[in-house]
Amino acid sequence: MHIPDGFINIPTASASAALAATGLGYSVRAAREKLDEKAAPLVGLVAVFIFAGQMINFPVAAGTSGHLLGGALAAVLVGPHAASLALTVVLAIQALLFADGGLTALGLNVFNMSIVGVWGGYGAFLLMRKIFRYTRTSVMVGSAVGAFLSVPLAATFFSIQYAIGGAGTFAPSTVFAAMFSTHILIGIGEAIITTLTVGAILKTRPDLVFGMLKERV
Amino acid sequence: MKENMTNKKFYLVGIAIALAIAGFLSFYASSSPDGLEKVAIDLGFIDSAKDSAVAGSALADYGVAGLDNERLSVGIAGVIGIIATGLIMVLIIRLIGKKRD
Repeated sequence: MHIPDGFINIPTASASAALAATGLGYSVRAAREKLDEKAAPLVGLVAVFIFAGQMINFPVAAGTSGHLLGGALAAVLVGPHAASLALTVVLAIQALLFADGGLTALGLNVFNMSIVGVWGGYGAFLLMRKIFRYTRTSVMVGSAVGAFLSVPLAATFFSIQYAIGGAGTFAPSTVFAAMFSTHILIGIGEAIITTLTVGAILKTRPDLVFGMLKERV
Repeated sequence: MKENMTNKKFYLVGIAIALAIAGFLSFYASSSPDGLEKVAIDLGFIDSAKDSAVAGSALADYGVAGLDNERLSVGIAGVIGIIATGLIMVLIIRLIGKKRD
């Protein structure tokens, strides 16, 4: 999922970086209102957990692996604004320290994962919670659906970026079909990890889970 | 009503799990190409990837440069990543979070 340098040209990467920075700026302003002494530590824990989770590539099909994106997971646990911030920190550390994801591609990756992955997953979560009401079960179902959809959605945005500024001359529909079908499979793993993690925290500290709190949404 | 876990226990367990995943379990991660790499290989645009400017750094690709023991190499890289992520998050939250009164 991490785009390396070279796949997508600099103008497209720069435009994505500008969009990502705008979204992130908005998120930071909104998050600071909610980062009180009770909520803040979980944001830090979510970031380190996503860093760890993204190291674990799981096999999804012959010769293909995937790993946690974490956008929906973070959004359900700490809210979408703090989630964007946490994901961005993870992506920046991966790019700068571990050469995972390109440096010029960082804006593309932040846009696809910290913005699209987080808000796409959170949107689906909200919809599920609206249908099934505020129960632990509905938060679990919403987490699963949000996580599942967030991965092919982020992959779709890669396809759009590639159609605009890709280094190759492949038909956009070919890239999209390949990206979407592969990432649907990874989305299943995403849903399992996200639901198990949200479930574990709902069991131990339901009071900390943003997606369970009515007054903070 | 069941009592909630204390803050201290919850966060210690959480950090321990993250460290165990990054420091130990990471060795067992699949080394197959990920979704994007696989698509790039299959369609034939993997060669357009360029090395990151930090591709030669001491921790590139989640390994410690010069350390031949792969289990140790990826494990230490993972633990460093956890510490770095945690420190940056604490710093940012202190900077932007609500001030204590």
